[in-house]
Amino acid sequence: MDWLPSDPAWGSRLDSTQEPSDSAEVWKSLVALSKHDLDFVECAKLDRLTQKVAASGLLPLRGVQRVRLALLGSSTLKHLVSGIRVAGLRRHLWIEIFEGDYGLYHHDLLDKNSNLHAFQPQVICLALDAPHLLNMAEGNIQGTIERLRACWQLAKNAFSAMVIQQAALPVAPDFFGNNEFRMPDSPQAMLEGLNRALEAAADADSVHLLKVDKYSAIEGLNVWHDPTLWFRAKQEVHPQVSTLYGDYTARLITAHLGRSAKCLVLDLDNTLWGGVIGEEGLQGILLGEGNAAGEAFVALQRYALKLKERGVILAVCSKNDEADALLPFTGHEDMVLKRADIACFVANWQDKANNLREIARSLKIGIDTLVFVDDNPFERNLIRQELPDVCVPEMPEDPALYVRSLSRAGYFEGLALTEEDRQRAGQYRANEERETLRQSSTDMQSYLRSMQMEMTWKPFDELGLQRVLQLINKTNQFNLTTRRYSGEELRKLLNNPDTRTWQIRLKDRLGDNGVIAILICVLKPGEMFIDTWLMSCRVLGRQVEEASLDLLVEEARAAGIDTITGEYRPTAKNGMVRDLYSRLGFDHVHTDGEGNNRWLLNVSTYKPRETHIAVLEGMHAGR
Amino acid sequence: MQEGEIYSRLTKIFRDTFDRDVVLRPETGAPDVDGWDSFAHIHLTLAIESEFGVKFKTSDLERMQRVGDLATFIEQNARQ
Repeated sequence: MDWLPSDPAWGSRLDSTQEPSDSAEVWKSLVALSKHDLDFVECAKLDRLTQKVAASGLLPLRGVQRVRLALLGSSTLKHLVSGIRVAGLRRHLWIEIFEGDYGLYHHDLLDKNSNLHAFQPQVICLALDAPHLLNMAEGNIQGTIERLRACWQLAKNAFSAMVIQQAALPVAPDFFGNNEFRMPDSPQAMLEGLNRALEAAADADSVHLLKVDKYSAIEGLNVWHDPTLWFRAKQEVHPQVSTLYGDYTARLITAHLGRSAKCLVLDLDNTLWGGVIGEEGLQGILLGEGNAAGEAFVALQRYALKLKERGVILAVCSKNDEADALLPFTGHEDMVLKRADIACFVANWQDKANNLREIARSLKIGIDTLVFVDDNPFERNLIRQELPDVCVPEMPEDPALYVRSLSRAGYFEGLALTEEDRQRAGQYRANEERETLRQSSTDMQSYLRSMQMEMTWKPFDELGLQRVLQLINKTNQFNLTTRRYSGEELRKLLNNPDTRTWQIRLKDRLGDNGVIAILICVLKPGEMFIDTWLMSCRVLGRQVEEASLDLLVEEARAAGIDTITGEYRPTAKNGMVRDLYSRLGFDHVHTDGEGNNRWLLNVSTYKPRETHIAVLEGMHAGR
Repeated sequence: MQEGEIYSRLTKIFRDTFDRDVVLRPETGAPDVDGWDSFAHIHLTLAIESEFGVKFKTSDLERMQRVGDLATFIEQNARQ
């Protein structure tokens, strides 16, 4: 389940949940644990713990939706139970499972005194193995379908239950190869024919198919099915895919309950197009044919548009100036998505947790119906922590894989397409309201603390010069003076006694962000002047500014200098740092005719702000 | 692979499967471990396959009734 994150500390987090005392707390922990890429051993452990907590009376939590599912079959299904229950956890559902004795499903459905009847299932999943299906009516497809329909009818009449029919797993061997379909009594052709016939029958009877034929083709039949386990334990589905099997089953139940996700929230820079629009402009971003990454971004846009046509609401949540964010929507000919496709468009510099709350509120949908797609692991983790109900699929580094990850995650599972679905996205657009964002209620401090940020810095050096050059000449937004330098000019700064330079790198527990901030200061008598200060917007809101200023103050003190001066030179792009100096405690000195203004900081009275960044002077900072 | 290493990795697998520490000796078998039924046995063998990069054949599985059998099999088949 590679659309879910993995966490090396998962095991110890599980262990620390062993002795719970509070229902709500333990439920929250178990749900969080379930939202990881688990193997079947981990999944089984989590399920055992959950059942243990339930036995102690702490679960199920009041208010959590409960579902009674009967899993009926013709061979071993016990190994699939934990995967289904954990997939329920992942969707905030409490699934109770009745395992039928194998082979007795027809009898159980008929017998009013059976344990199945006592259980009163709301969902019945008929998971029949392929050999059983082949034997049912001596290989006659129509005969098999009729037998199955009789079971479905029994289930509906007795319990008014939702019926899930597992498709046939295509386990039969080749007799004829490519032309298997030309051999009428080929078991493989039979299973294929049966799966086709099931679709029509399921449509007619409002039954839902668990398409293990499709999913085993995606993940590989040899991964799904191991003849050794079939002969030894009558397990048709390999335990190693039991987590997937559970997720696919739970998706159908979620859709049936009307709890599938409703809204796809998209980041912009490096998600819908390559590059940063505010930095690189319309001509600079990667989008469109003729470039592999550009085509991959188009593919994601097409996927989103198709989802919208299917009834999914689209929203945008981007850290950008709104004018920049809108630019491609109106001015780039390769944009597939238009502004009118986006029901709620939020581009600002606030933290994304608040913005997502706002999006859910303005669309009047639950926060748990949002799917948040962002290339930046920092943002994804922030949302997972702050808004654990939001679905946040992992996005691989390669944009070519975005669509696959989103598709595999299955958050938008549907049952039957209605005209209403198709119109829904348009309705939400009409409802959109634009209001000022509420005050930040996100607990950013604790999130930042948990990031274990580490800032390393060193003066410019030959090794890091190319990266410095690149940043100086392409950074437009967080750039106070927008002074450009050539490589030669920079090289002259290396050994200049009157300048001080910093290249600053930021690491956190999610990885290394590389060199993300550059400072150049000029020493004058009694004064240190900030000639250049720029930062990558990717690390905005993480207190790098504050920690950088601490470095300047330290340097000034070491040089016996009492005053730091800075300058803000407005451009069309750098409005976001207009108030930086004021925010950091500088006093305004002077504004000239062109709007350039000067700021001053008194070093002797400066008090460092509390940040959650460990600062190191590093030998390898520039690399 | 050293026998000691095999046993320590096996102990972890048993702990994950039965949620408690199990002292493993070569003669330890299903009757000695509460919860070691046929279902748990499949779990164990699959976990061993992925931990040690080995693959049990149907006929091997019939013979793997004691921890010593498992350890010997691993020793003979695991990639170094």
